[in-house]
Amino acid sequence: MLWPLALALLLVLVFSLFIGRYPGPGFTPPRLLWEDELARRLVFSLRLPRLLAATLLGMTLGGAGTVLQTVFRNPLVEPGFLGVSQGAAFGAALAILTLGSGSPPLATEAIASVFALSGLVLSYALARRLHFGGWVLRLVLAGIAVSALFSSGVGVLKYLADPMTQLPAITFWLLGGLSSLTWTGLLYLLPFVIPGLTLMVLMRWRLNLLALHDETAFSLGTSPGRERALVLVGAVAATAAVTAVSGIVGWVGLVVPHIARRAYGADSRVALPAALLIGGIFAVLCDDLARTLLAGEIPLGILTSFLGALGFALLMTRARLRVSR
Amino acid sequence: MNPGAALSLRDLRFGYQTEGPEVLRRLSLDIPAGTAAAVLGPNGCGKTTLLHVVLGWLAPQAGEVLVDGRSLSQIPRRERGRLMALVPQAEHVPFDFSVLEYVLMGRTPYLGVLGMPGDEDHRVALEILESLGLAHLWRRPVPELSGGERQMVTLARALAQQTPILLLDEPTAHLDLGNKGRLLDVVAGLAGRGTTVLFTTHDPETASLAARFLVLMRAGQILDAGPLREVLDAERLGATYGVPVRVVEVEGRPVVLLDRGPAG
Repeated sequence: MLWPLALALLLVLVFSLFIGRYPGPGFTPPRLLWEDELARRLVFSLRLPRLLAATLLGMTLGGAGTVLQTVFRNPLVEPGFLGVSQGAAFGAALAILTLGSGSPPLATEAIASVFALSGLVLSYALARRLHFGGWVLRLVLAGIAVSALFSSGVGVLKYLADPMTQLPAITFWLLGGLSSLTWTGLLYLLPFVIPGLTLMVLMRWRLNLLALHDETAFSLGTSPGRERALVLVGAVAATAAVTAVSGIVGWVGLVVPHIARRAYGADSRVALPAALLIGGIFAVLCDDLARTLLAGEIPLGILTSFLGALGFALLMTRARLRVSR
Repeated sequence: MNPGAALSLRDLRFGYQTEGPEVLRRLSLDIPAGTAAAVLGPNGCGKTTLLHVVLGWLAPQAGEVLVDGRSLSQIPRRERGRLMALVPQAEHVPFDFSVLEYVLMGRTPYLGVLGMPGDEDHRVALEILESLGLAHLWRRPVPELSGGERQMVTLARALAQQTPILLLDEPTAHLDLGNKGRLLDVVAGLAGRGTTVLFTTHDPETASLAARFLVLMRAGQILDAGPLREVLDAERLGATYGVPVRVVEVEGRPVVLLDRGPAG
């Protein structure tokens, strides 16, 4: 059953609205919403869009991770591995280096998305031309090669960057975070994320078939190649958009699908929505810590990696964790 | 074409590369409806390729496959999934799908692209598991099953498609004697109830246990095809495998032995 998870996400969201460092570190009493103009602006103009973005970020990474792991029949795959994360990183670094301080809002995000998507396109194009192995292996190899290419590009840009101003900006971007997110940034996410999430949810049962071998999926009257391309593009485009806004937020897309499958079984009819909800909860909680724990912002990617890896180790060394249905 | 044929292959040519060697060479064959037919031949003679061409997964470079007289290439995908089901040689299931979830995947040809199995599909899946004596396994994760159980569950998944034609690729290759016997009984039983079964095997005993119709294949060509009793003889099998064999009758059943002369 998924409703406890949905309820948990809702509670976490409401609770997180009142978590922060105003008026003091910790809790913002709800009555301040009526009494204090600053508190109201803080909650509705800063915290709310940021919370919603964190939810979408976690949902997208968790869902896309489930999609990619299923389609690649490989539980070690992350949604950004098809050149997307490193492509976005390269785009963002390039934007930081070339755009001055007077650049239009979201320019960095737009350039990062272009490169993230081009990472996907390059990986796909390269995989089609490789003469080696089946298509799973080809795509994995192509993804690794394209990622390495972009990551060496990031290295070059870091080397060229001004060490006092640009280099820290690039480094912080690579660590991921939502600190500069506004309503505009959130609106920019929607056209990519909403279709991607909708597609995943609608095709969630069908996704199971793509975990089977192609000839079996074909014998069931499907066109595995076409359906796979469709869910992949949907999942990865959404990942590219969130990565462009948030920077590299690691481990969510790897760990959350595992937790969902462990708790709800392999059938993605349930496991996929569960991964969306768990991903949302995880990202929101991590972001709460990121903005509350210290006076300065802790990069979100550090927290998700730390907690994700810790959770992963705990989960995998435990015996079965299974929600009864 | 032969009027009683469920499947007809006409002058099929197939090679994995257009320039490369042909795996199927001008191959023609009629499989009678409602019988179990075995394609028997040595390893690497093109049996699996033949099965994949019949399924439509591989498109022949020339020739055509007819299903009940209709060209396979003209049949829409979903309808094809209701005509033919496949039991592949070794189905690898990478995630912990339960047996029931896995068998439900066999209902795909009856569902829309965004559809999900409903009550009727659950009923069919459970009924099939019941009929194969697998009902007690329904919650178990498929990767945890034994080899014999897994092959039966794969068969159940194919049967959930409720097709008039069933294709099996080396269905007993990894099974012990008991499981082999059980699986072949099911296959023979299906044919007895009107399903057209086409299976490949490299093992003459498997063929003689379950099939009524035998196809001998070697190097991408059909050497002979016909009722099992007529085709299963020492001379033909010797030519198929390139070794001398003897066919002896044990309790009215033909048994194939390697001819090594008297022991000692």
